[in-house]
Amino acid sequence: MSRLTERGGWVILVSFLIGFTLTLIPTPEWADRFRPQWVALILIYWCMALPERVGVGIGWMAGLTLDVAQASLLGQHALAMAIMAYVTNKAHMRLRVLPLWQQSGTVMLFLLVNQLIVQWINGVVGYPPRDWWYLAPPLASTLLWPWVFVVLRDLRRRLRVT
Amino acid sequence: MARLKQGETKTIFTRGPSAGARVLLFSLLSIVLMSLDHRQQHVETLRNALSLLVYPVQRLVNVPADSVRWVSEELTSKEELQAEIQRLKQELFFYRSQLRKLTVTEVENRRLRLLLQSSEDLPERTIIAELVNVDADPYRHQILINKGSRQGSYLGAPVLDAEGIIGQVKHAGPLSSVVVLVTDPSHALPVQVDRNGLRGIVRGTGRYNELLLPYMQNNADVEVGDLLITSGLGGRFPRGYPVGRVSRISQDPGQPFLRVVAQPTADLDRVREVLLLMAPPEAPVSPTEEVDTELTDPAAAPAPS
Repeated sequence: MSRLTERGGWVILVSFLIGFTLTLIPTPEWADRFRPQWVALILIYWCMALPERVGVGIGWMAGLTLDVAQASLLGQHALAMAIMAYVTNKAHMRLRVLPLWQQSGTVMLFLLVNQLIVQWINGVVGYPPRDWWYLAPPLASTLLWPWVFVVLRDLRRRLRVT
Repeated sequence: MARLKQGETKTIFTRGPSAGARVLLFSLLSIVLMSLDHRQQHVETLRNALSLLVYPVQRLVNVPADSVRWVSEELTSKEELQAEIQRLKQELFFYRSQLRKLTVTEVENRRLRLLLQSSEDLPERTIIAELVNVDADPYRHQILINKGSRQGSYLGAPVLDAEGIIGQVKHAGPLSSVVVLVTDPSHALPVQVDRNGLRGIVRGTGRYNELLLPYMQNNADVEVGDLLITSGLGGRFPRGYPVGRVSRISQDPGQPFLRVVAQPTADLDRVREVLLLMAPPEAPVSPTEEVDTELTDPAAAPAPS
């Protein structure tokens, strides 16, 4: 657990960069409503796989970058992501041993909490959600979780990120 | 034993404060940031600095679409290009002749204004900006353009296209600006009916083809098809630019006001290039502006996020 064994930080950074790219990439209007929370998914994975490296601080920074990228209130996604990173760090042992479909269920719960925090703040500052569509991104992300998990796990093993 | 203890203290030291303490700290930090960012522009420098980091990614995601457009432009045949040049030449000729007429009118107008001792419309300078990204959040109508404060964009700069007002700059980063559209639910701007000068406020609804004109008396003189233009009140938008056309009026006898719905004249959902009005020298940036936005909040406030 000492600093010497930490390696492959660039893999984490690049995975987050890809997450941001996928978050910002233009899509048709109908697909916008289902846009998965890529950054949150990637953050959950790293918080689960390397809880001693990726945690609240990195989650907060990722959220802040997302706030700037989406021109939302500064600190809005940062708060949600920091709390999500904390919960994932706490539960990482249990998450790791769950079968993939149960893991997806837990991840969905985390993503819903994340989305709720963001929407609460949206409501406070004058953008209350008008319908139930805001639940679509967490659900779409949940469907993608097994895939994200397998891809990132293989990457982590092959590139020996510790 | 002693060794084990040493090891333990070591891990505690390398891990720093506990996770619970850290999440509390970062939550507090977020809340402070949010309250500073909401309505006040105290952390704009932080946002601008971070926007420089994000901007490359925002450009990068457009590479596929841009290259497709580039290829299709490269592949257009010579005849098509010549036909287009021909068409554009004719258009230019037509507009030039119209402009000539307008210039004469403008000179006359200015002279008359001088005679009347009324304030002169300042000539406006514009820069053309290109749309970089549309906010992925379907509840916010915001776009990102590729001109920032280095190129002359500033907080509150009016943004328009050939057909009318698009919105105003909400964050002016060094290289890019965030523009909030007139249809954003938090946006409102002062307008008047072109036909009779009746003043009102246009509010966004969150739908690209709908604007709301609230607080119109039941007997107000508004008709379907009326053009709404900016009234220039509030000092943020210049006077006389088209905003929308009244598309629907319904009256509920139980309500004190009419329900007037207008359609924006600008093509908000398919715009690619926009015009940014630059601040005329020594014009609206004055200490009164801050007071102005605070008092007449719905009228001209920049959309708080």
